[in-house]
Amino acid sequence: MIDIVLALLSTVGALSILFASIGILRMPDFYLRLSVTVKASTLGVGLLLICAAIMFPDVSVTTKAIAIIFFLIITAPIGAHMIGRAAYFTGTPLWKGTIVDELAGMYNEETHELDSEDDDDEDDDTPNIAKTEEETE
Amino acid sequence: MITLEAYFDYVILPILAISVMLVFIRLFKGPAVVDRVVALDLIITTGIGIITVYSIRSNQEVFLDVAIILALIAFLGTVAFAYYIEKQKDD
Repeated sequence: MIDIVLALLSTVGALSILFASIGILRMPDFYLRLSVTVKASTLGVGLLLICAAIMFPDVSVTTKAIAIIFFLIITAPIGAHMIGRAAYFTGTPLWKGTIVDELAGMYNEETHELDSEDDDDEDDDTPNIAKTEEETE
Repeated sequence: MITLEAYFDYVILPILAISVMLVFIRLFKGPAVVDRVVALDLIITTGIGIITVYSIRSNQEVFLDVAIILALIAFLGTVAFAYYIEKQKDD
């Protein structure tokens, strides 16, 4: 019985990681890659660690596994947010089929602060959308 | 009857190995440096999974300590890369 639960958990975990890796390879744009990767890989590793926590009959292992899961769940969104922010500032182009970029022109170029409404100098309001597929591939 | 050990050895670990290879293609291709940072982060996260499965298979719970350190290093690496990529634009 416990074997079936372990097999199920590890299968779902491994498949989540596989889907994350296929996503990072096949998605057309950096931001889509980021959004696919972080969630799926955190889920996959979390399930594998739960597997280890059930497998070992020791309390210290369970504590360790829960600590790793907790740490991953806390740090993965922070890292993803920071790298996505850095990518937006350095001008990584959005996918060709992007319809709306609501952040365009909202960021202050010097201080990197986000304004809630658009300032009226219409200089850089055009979103940074790629012209061709090859630009983001 | 398939044992759980054989299942880990012949299904779970190959799936994780294939995932690392697929992510490595993205790490190689780029095109921007941020793509490579995300790919590196995903490789380390998959490595944590591989270490976990290996520690189950070899019955050595000590390997989970390595997983903790790797999770820490992955987060620090991503944050440091993001910080310096963002600073680089200013100069």
